[in-house]
Amino acid sequence: MTLADWISQPVNWVFLVLGVGTLFSAFRVVTSQNLIHAALYLVGTLGGVAGLFVLLSAEFVALVIILVYLGAVIVLFLFGIMITRAPTGLDVGLDNDRRVPAAIVSLVLFGVLAYGSLIAFGSDMVNEVGIATDTGVIGTSLLGRFVIPFEIVGFILLASLVGGITVARRDLTPLEEEQRRSV
Amino acid sequence: MIANQFLVLAAALFALGVYGLLVRRNAVLVLLSIELMLAGVNINLIVFEAMLRTSEAVGQVFSLFVITVAAAEVGIGLAIIIMIFRNRQSANVDELDLMRW
Repeated sequence: MTLADWISQPVNWVFLVLGVGTLFSAFRVVTSQNLIHAALYLVGTLGGVAGLFVLLSAEFVALVIILVYLGAVIVLFLFGIMITRAPTGLDVGLDNDRRVPAAIVSLVLFGVLAYGSLIAFGSDMVNEVGIATDTGVIGTSLLGRFVIPFEIVGFILLASLVGGITVARRDLTPLEEEQRRSV
Repeated sequence: MIANQFLVLAAALFALGVYGLLVRRNAVLVLLSIELMLAGVNINLIVFEAMLRTSEAVGQVFSLFVITVAAAEVGIGLAIIIMIFRNRQSANVDELDLMRW
């Protein structure tokens, strides 16, 4: 498939716009010098990922990403950033000294992964644009073939909920402990 | 759409996440980079599902599990970071070296 063929399909224009947007936002997440900007660039990245999922006929997963990640996880991150601001407003740099070795490691990792993908999948196509995935199929297989992982993920969520509350609970002061004991 | 255009994009997201994980000093930003890595993995799963078109939407179901576990992990991770911040007034991961030799 030549570049001219590829670029003549409108699907690939959409892919280019979404892909470039996603990569730019991801790059700014890891290089931004402002905490809040990094979290907001993650919103951009995950929005781009959701758009790519719609291109790949995974509409349910795209909407789950918007609901769960953009609707809850990012809000959690912003609360976490707000709570863990240094009180004196010290302006410590957000990156440590090892940027060049980290960049080398990251580039080598990208090279290996991309080379592996190109070797393994050559010019395989994802052809069926516009054929939606039946959400009922996802529901059936969640309660059918994948019921055990489904239940285990429920346990994981319960454990993380209880564990998070217990870990972040405020310790009682000695006065409050005595009051609790005397009741 | 060629499958590799998505797979290389996912590899780039993963590599950017690894860079952020290694470089960032603030613990919350390290968690953000982990989210980038998981997003890359999700793209791979969905692309393979779109190529194979299984009768049970296997790739999409696994992607849902990954999203759910990532959300749970972010909750616990932030709870731990908040406790660390409460005790030390700083969320700098370079300072957490008590268990290093």
